[in-house]
Amino acid sequence: MQKSETSPGDLTATEVLDTYFLEARARLIELAATLDRIDRAAGSQAVQSDARLKFIQDSLRILQRPQPGRAKAVQELYSLK
Amino acid sequence: MFFIDPHIHMVSRTTADYEMLALSGVVAVSEPAFWAGFDRSPAGFVDYFRQLTEFEPRRAAQFGIQHYSWICLNPKEAQDLGKAREVLAEIPKFLSCPSVLGIGEIGLNKNTPNEAKVFQQHVQIAIDAASQGPSGAKHALILIHTPHLEDKLKGTRMILEMLRDFGSAIDPARVLIDHVEEHTIELVKDAGYWAGMTIYPISKATPARAVDMIEMYGPQRLCVNAAADWGISDPLNTHRTMLEAQRRGHRLPELLQVFHNNPAEFFGQNSKFAVKPIKVQPLS
Ligand SMILES: [Zn+2]
Repeated sequence: MQKSETSPGDLTATEVLDTYFLEARARLIELAATLDRIDRAAGSQAVQSDARLKFIQDSLRILQRPQPGRAKAVQELYSLK
Repeated sequence: MFFIDPHIHMVSRTTADYEMLALSGVVAVSEPAFWAGFDRSPAGFVDYFRQLTEFEPRRAAQFGIQHYSWICLNPKEAQDLGKAREVLAEIPKFLSCPSVLGIGEIGLNKNTPNEAKVFQQHVQIAIDAASQGPSGAKHALILIHTPHLEDKLKGTRMILEMLRDFGSAIDPARVLIDHVEEHTIELVKDAGYWAGMTIYPISKATPARAVDMIEMYGPQRLCVNAAADWGISDPLNTHRTMLEAQRRGHRLPELLQVFHNNPAEFFGQNSKFAVKPIKVQPLS
């Protein structure tokens, strides 16, 4: 198995997935529940165009990219130009 | 495992925290001057600098911890140029205290023109301080705070530009730029500066992301801190980052490099810093 210079220690991809999957799952559910909470609250229609909600949707598109550099791209998305 | 905590605000922590740090392998701490949560008067700053240079080293010594500090007017209070002038006039005499390593944490908060002006004035003090010192170094060591959240990328770029404007008067090896994250670490390291990563809830890095950055950008010229202060923060986040690296299989020499030897090397450029880099090897 090829180990690149930037590998996460000695972990294989399967071990990384084993180690971090539940944490990632929990964070996604937390995010989904946050979006639901906004929808359930008074005035939810009015905030649909809030730039922060757009940031979240744009971040989710970055997560779907097939190549690395996603964390940096999300950070740049939330940065003032 | 031995640690040097390169960025911690002990004035806002309890004596029990010193004991906990000692119990968890911390041999030295470095405390940059920062914001107290409210804006102080110039006289309040002088008292604060005395607390950093007289009281905290004694409190730390009870637990065998060496306490070092950095002096400056923090960026959050740099908006008032009149006050800044008064506080900056007090800095040079504190720089010669036996436990003061340099100027810091200077930097930007909201990236305003006044903050930028006071940042440049601090850098000039660091340069002027060297001309009085015996070491032949270009300037006193400098520790830099970068802004949080959406201001970080722009603020980091502004800081790098201002440092570049000082030309050959600045030696990047004598400057540590702190609170780097995924979008700023490369800018800082590629320009030859030291970088600090802060493990802090919500606004900065997590242990897992910090270890990712060590892996992606290399452990050279990189330090990890918890920047524990009066906010919701935890001095042991530095240790949690070490554990995270360990669970991925990173070995003791690399852990020692990041959590002890890198700070020892950077701070050791000032001869006042007495902790030397170490290595561990089997007896036979
Ligand atoms: Zn700080």
